[in-house]
Amino acid sequence: MLNFIQVLIDAAALGSLYALVALAIGLVFGIMRLINFAQGDYLTIGAYSLVVPTASVTPPLLFGALPWPLMVAAVLATCMIAALLTERIAFRPLRNANPATLLISSFAVSYFLQHALMLVHTGRPKSVAIGASLAQAIDIFGVRIPGLQLVTMITTVTLLIAFVILLKKTAIGIQMRAAAENFQMARLLGVKANKVIAFGFALSGFLAGTVSLLLVAQTGTLDIRMGIMPVIYAFFATVIGGMGSLAGAALGGFLVGVTSVLLQAYLPPDLRPFRDAGVFALVILILLAYPKGLIPSSASRERV
Amino acid sequence: MMALRLLKQAWPILGLLLPLALIVFLADQFGSISVERSVTEGLIKIVTVVGLYIFIGNSGVVSFGHVAFMAIAAYATAWQTCCSALKPITMSGLPDFLRSHTYPVLPAGISAATLAAAAAFIVGLVLMRLSGIAASISTLAALFILNVVYSNWDKVTMGTASIVGLPTYVTPWVAFACAGLAMVIAYLFQISSWGLTLRATREDEVAARASGISVYWMRLAAFTLSGFVMGMAGVLHAHFLGTISVDTFFLGLTFITLTMLVVGGMKSLSGAVLGVVVISFVTDILRRMEAGMSFGGGEVALPAGSQEVVLAVVMLLVLIFRRDGLTKGREFIWPSLSRQTGSGDVT
Repeated sequence: MLNFIQVLIDAAALGSLYALVALAIGLVFGIMRLINFAQGDYLTIGAYSLVVPTASVTPPLLFGALPWPLMVAAVLATCMIAALLTERIAFRPLRNANPATLLISSFAVSYFLQHALMLVHTGRPKSVAIGASLAQAIDIFGVRIPGLQLVTMITTVTLLIAFVILLKKTAIGIQMRAAAENFQMARLLGVKANKVIAFGFALSGFLAGTVSLLLVAQTGTLDIRMGIMPVIYAFFATVIGGMGSLAGAALGGFLVGVTSVLLQAYLPPDLRPFRDAGVFALVILILLAYPKGLIPSSASRERV
Repeated sequence: MMALRLLKQAWPILGLLLPLALIVFLADQFGSISVERSVTEGLIKIVTVVGLYIFIGNSGVVSFGHVAFMAIAAYATAWQTCCSALKPITMSGLPDFLRSHTYPVLPAGISAATLAAAAAFIVGLVLMRLSGIAASISTLAALFILNVVYSNWDKVTMGTASIVGLPTYVTPWVAFACAGLAMVIAYLFQISSWGLTLRATREDEVAARASGISVYWMRLAAFTLSGFVMGMAGVLHAHFLGTISVDTFFLGLTFITLTMLVVGGMKSLSGAVLGVVVISFVTDILRRMEAGMSFGGGEVALPAGSQEVVLAVVMLLVLIFRRDGLTKGREFIWPSLSRQTGSGDVT
């Protein structure tokens, strides 16, 4: 029983991480109909900003050397700047393109960022230690929860609540929702397209920064491709949740994270390496049953 | 008169094949080994991108998963032709008719490509029910499933290790013949009634449905056919390098082939071929520069990764400034025809 609770906590923690990435992808998709592959690379850029660019495997710290509130702020700022720059340079000129073109262009942006980062930092995986104080486990009713997992879950819940408030109560949030509902109409009613889209990208950068900190604290390694798996999972999460629906994105994120941990824990050992294939097959099955996703939004309808 | 009409009909293909034949001839006669290899590689890429084009170009649905069919065919041909002495040990999970027999390369290649087509048909049965972005994402999911399965199915695929020692029979002329075959298949499909109806669904899915076209079956047909051509590309790839590993057929290859298709113009066969030629040329030069070349007396080498960075920039520039690619979705057509119709636009 205790073991089961432990597994559930693992599942919830991983699900939270995926939910955060999925939320970022969902936000941008809602406004722009753009599935942003580059989301994973914002995350990688944030993680690499912790260290000084060298070829060394254990590089000296850059932002990682700052006291933690400053470090968090610096990483978040880096990710937000990266997101805003890609929006300004690559996605803004393509704003009226069809979704397929946008998808390909974000694939290209992602490829660009990944290899530009490789030029600066070389392709070798590196190790970096931050957040050592989060490593101890906390005992709650006999269940040992690693501090980091607790932090992950608390961060996710806090951010989700903050997002709901932002989207429902503030002017910019309401404008974003209006833009997601019907971009053309929102513009006619005086919503500034550039502002809303830039804000969406800034938020997605913020989320990427959060995830990159949590991820690096957990694994302690940097890799040029570290953003790919989270973003692919989140990608699938957004689609099965219902494109453009933020609640759906968060739900989808939890779902793929939880499924992945449960399969890892309860599949027979022989089949465990095939765990990811199981998760991806689940994606296809859900899409077949609900082509518009679990919580469809008006954005998922292709306009005629 | 009859012959002239045939010539005009076949011109989009001939206009592509003749210059390619010239390049192959020159490389074969005068080129160094490395030029010859570059040309062969480019021709194999043509087969790949034409395979992509058959589905993406005609249906307008972007697929990120097609290289999976390359992998399926490459492994299938490796099982049939490779390393008869080691196979029983390293790939002990193979069924007996593969484990203890070795087959000639031609039937092996054909059956491997057919297997890829069958896989595409089965995957397509499921995925073609989706449309738009959901379809693109699920092709990506399919690619990941294949990658995970082949990376971990140790007894049959040797996991992530490379299979080494396939017979290497792919010369520039073999690759050229296959590229020609792929182009003929693609062209015949696109001027067939199925191809035309599929193109109609690409332009306006709702109107096409309203006219009684089954989007599902048309897409499935194109998906299967493109699976076959991708399979051909996989076989060529395997027997050109003589070694295969599952990670070759993943996001890197997907990106580069999609770039070629987009840069050339994904709505026409000429675009697909032109894209391969242009991008192969650019990457080849960049690759030589990354390896280091003497320049003005000193040795200059670009850092690793610059090839990809330049490619991504080229792709973005094309997407931003010339969205329909270099050919703008047009085919090469008989010169007098283009004057008659004014624009020469066949799509």
